[in-house]
Amino acid sequence: MLKRNDARADKSNFVGKTVPRENARRLSQGRGRYVDDIAFRNLAHVAFVRSPHAHARILSIDTQAARAVPGVIDVITGQDIRSMCQPWVGVLGHFPGLKSAEQYPLAVDVARWHGEPVAVVLAESRALAEDGADLIEVEWEALPSVVDPETALESDAHVIHPELGDNLAFRLDLEKGEVDAAFASAAHIAEGTFHFGRHTGLTLEPRSIVADFDPALRQLTVHHSTQTPFQMQDVFARHFGLEEGSVRVIAPDVGGSFGLKLHVYGEEMAACALSIRHGRPVKFIADRLEAFQTDIHARDHRVKARMAVSAEGEILAMEVDDLTGIGPFSVYPRTSAVEGNQAIRLMGGPYRMPSYRGRLQVVFQNKTPMCQYRAVGHPVACAVTEGLVDQAAHALGIDPLEMRRRNVVTQDMYPHTSPTGYVFERLSHEECHARLAEMMNYERLRREQAEARERGVYRGIGFATFIEITNPGPAFYGVGGARISAQDGCVMKMEPSGDIRVMVSVTEQGQGTETIMAQIAATHLGVPLERVRVYTGDTQTSPYGGATWASRGAGIGGVAVMKTAEALKENLLTVAATILQAQPGELDISAGAVVSRASGEERMPLSELGRIAYFRPDTLPAGFHAELTAARHYVPQGYPFAFTNGVQASHLEVDIETGQVRLLDHWVVEDCGRIINPLLVDEQIRGGVVQGLGGALFEECLYSPEGQLLCGTMADYLTPMAAEMPDIHVGHVETPTETSPLGAKGVGEAGTAAAPAAVMNAINDALSPFGASVSRMPFTPERVLRALGKV
Amino acid sequence: MDSVFPITLTLNGRTVTHDAPQRMTLADFLRQTVGLTATHIGCEHGVCGACTVYVDGRIARGCLMFAIQAEGCDIRTLEGLADDERMQALQKHFHARNALQCGFCTSGMLLTAHQYLGSQEEPSREEAREYLSGNYCRCTGYQAIVEATLAASDELAAKAGCKDEEAGRAEA
Ligand code: FES
Ligand code: FES
Repeated sequence: MLKRNDARADKSNFVGKTVPRENARRLSQGRGRYVDDIAFRNLAHVAFVRSPHAHARILSIDTQAARAVPGVIDVITGQDIRSMCQPWVGVLGHFPGLKSAEQYPLAVDVARWHGEPVAVVLAESRALAEDGADLIEVEWEALPSVVDPETALESDAHVIHPELGDNLAFRLDLEKGEVDAAFASAAHIAEGTFHFGRHTGLTLEPRSIVADFDPALRQLTVHHSTQTPFQMQDVFARHFGLEEGSVRVIAPDVGGSFGLKLHVYGEEMAACALSIRHGRPVKFIADRLEAFQTDIHARDHRVKARMAVSAEGEILAMEVDDLTGIGPFSVYPRTSAVEGNQAIRLMGGPYRMPSYRGRLQVVFQNKTPMCQYRAVGHPVACAVTEGLVDQAAHALGIDPLEMRRRNVVTQDMYPHTSPTGYVFERLSHEECHARLAEMMNYERLRREQAEARERGVYRGIGFATFIEITNPGPAFYGVGGARISAQDGCVMKMEPSGDIRVMVSVTEQGQGTETIMAQIAATHLGVPLERVRVYTGDTQTSPYGGATWASRGAGIGGVAVMKTAEALKENLLTVAATILQAQPGELDISAGAVVSRASGEERMPLSELGRIAYFRPDTLPAGFHAELTAARHYVPQGYPFAFTNGVQASHLEVDIETGQVRLLDHWVVEDCGRIINPLLVDEQIRGGVVQGLGGALFEECLYSPEGQLLCGTMADYLTPMAAEMPDIHVGHVETPTETSPLGAKGVGEAGTAAAPAAVMNAINDALSPFGASVSRMPFTPERVLRALGKV
Repeated sequence: MDSVFPITLTLNGRTVTHDAPQRMTLADFLRQTVGLTATHIGCEHGVCGACTVYVDGRIARGCLMFAIQAEGCDIRTLEGLADDERMQALQKHFHARNALQCGFCTSGMLLTAHQYLGSQEEPSREEAREYLSGNYCRCTGYQAIVEATLAASDELAAKAGCKDEEAGRAEA
């Protein structure tokens, strides 16, 4: 009997199993439904007139010729849009001193970056809207531009927002321990300046929206390629003066997001404004040039840093000075201070280092706005820390992996607080390092490297230990006044067929959210996976919640689903007990049927329970009401956020004649707590690593000294392609978090966090016989040759 | 307003006639005029591969061709390969191996992989990576795509092997 019980239970346990995504089947047949695939009647389209200058005053805009184009419906300038939309300012209360200026969907008097929209044409087709936009004459007065962050704070720098006084958007100073004493007593000081070029998310589906206003109901329905439907519902309601309940945001299939699709963009706001004005659906799909000019950019840091170490290789202190350029505005509503804030707080995070001094300066400049993108701040902190660790190890003659082993926070130290105030519940650095050394066969690789060097082949091995912030609670945005939900919710119902429908507030952009939620629901209810369907991404039908960002889907949304499943199960057992005249405690649900808890014997399939509860409640005792739907919400408590950890290693070859870097292999050992679906976790890691490799080797949004964006096509913005990418080997250590009953942390950003650091260290290892090194990302062949003194 | 021209072409095995504005690309024509949305648009300048379709038996970029240039052509999109054995094997393994996340690159990737397997008897990992290098994927990191393509190839080879054997037996 017991055996049979186990077999049944096993059939209902899907957590931890590799389950392919149902969505992937649909998408692989070309049956996706992205915003641009949805048909609307009476659809109108927008095209924008954009600033050709990095910084210029708008003297006049002549829209007459555009209005005369047949098919053009309307033309709106920045001046016009002021009466159509409340402005916004990208500041939050928990970043004291953070400043930014008021923004409208279109630049009003002054355009502050190359590509900023200044006018919009509404027409019967996108082509006609573009025809109209071509005929708009703008008279400009060019203003001096601030391009390089290094010059933004100079006394003679042009102040981008005169009313703000200077170009300093935000400054933060952190100090802990005896920093000066540590540097005074150090056996060695490693030191360097690290540059992180601008890159961008480059979702393959560009930003897309169809806003559809019904004047009779004053109801705005927005189909939007977004990660955060509820946040956008709130934004649209407040800025267009609508009732929150009169705004419905639907995120259909979303073609990649990576943190790019949760910010407020002028183009989307203008599309809504025009739909409200004309009472018809309005579509905006960014073309690729518009994407490069207006999708948020990422990084743009210059970090000067040093690290004090003892003769035994113990890290005593770090001192860090981070200067980061965010474009002319702090982006709304999450602000552009978060990236720098995380960068300087994550420095040295994996290590026991007792003393730390960090300074962050966030400056305005005339480039595309910079804001949160996958692994916010992490790659910067990781590369600076790991770069200095390698330098110190090299100087002291300690093997780099050994150097890390000597310094990581060890098992006996948890819970541990970093000098920047991060609290780690429990991480697994030692185990991850051991696992990595074994997976990559480290010793053999070193021997092969030495042999290759004899032959004039320069290979390098680079490590990067990392921590990653996941499962953020209200400390992230809510405490600062942002109306961004920290909690997530789930509604679950059993239908007459016994099938389970799950509505959850976390969203899907390809990570596999819906599959993971189905696995959790099926497991905790005791039903076959194929009986569960999950729905996300519609503010009208999903419970309210924060949705998917900062790797919070599984760790927060997953718990909401788990708790809802437990509640629904209890309800169903009560119904079953009433029907069967048993005690609920004597029953259980397994493989889609009510069973006897003791024997595992089937008592009634859920479809029978459904039939009776929905269609024949007259057969149940008077006064009994079957509860067939349950709802629960969850917010993490105790810790402000969770941390995952791990280590990456890169193996590569540098051609010292051409400066080309060839990636040979890449390893990741990570610990995201309880793994819900190993297949999906591994693919999140791989995708994340490749985005990190892109930032390290290829991707850069280049500007002329005057602030002209030089990469407007995918041909001149290089991204990783299949042939250049290595195989990525993924290993796991599982340390469940006790703060969440599900034990899962997030995994979306770990790959991106440490891949650039591992590559940098590997290149520098390869170049070490020449005494050369690189620290300016991306590491293009030219930069490698420069380091070698060849150009 | 644009001048509009009637065009007649073979689309997924059927002859169709539609009006197309002069400046409309083949990709837009498929998506907007015909309503077949498996073909995606990621760049409109011939780099990303999301718009890949078969034109007269060879893959081409639907965004680099005007619809009116497709007059008389034989166009096949992912929708038109639903019953194709090689495509079904690829789709099966893309699904099983999670070789897609957001799915936006997938149609183009599948068509490129389809042509690759059709042109190569013994595909290799390296060569597959090279062949697929004209198609961007921002989500997966490519490894799963390469592995799914090779797995589909193995399955097709095994099936072909069985058929050969059967044929051999029948002769004997
Ligand atoms: S849309 Fe045609 S290649 Fe990108
Ligand atoms: S799956 Fe998203 S671009 Fe390939």
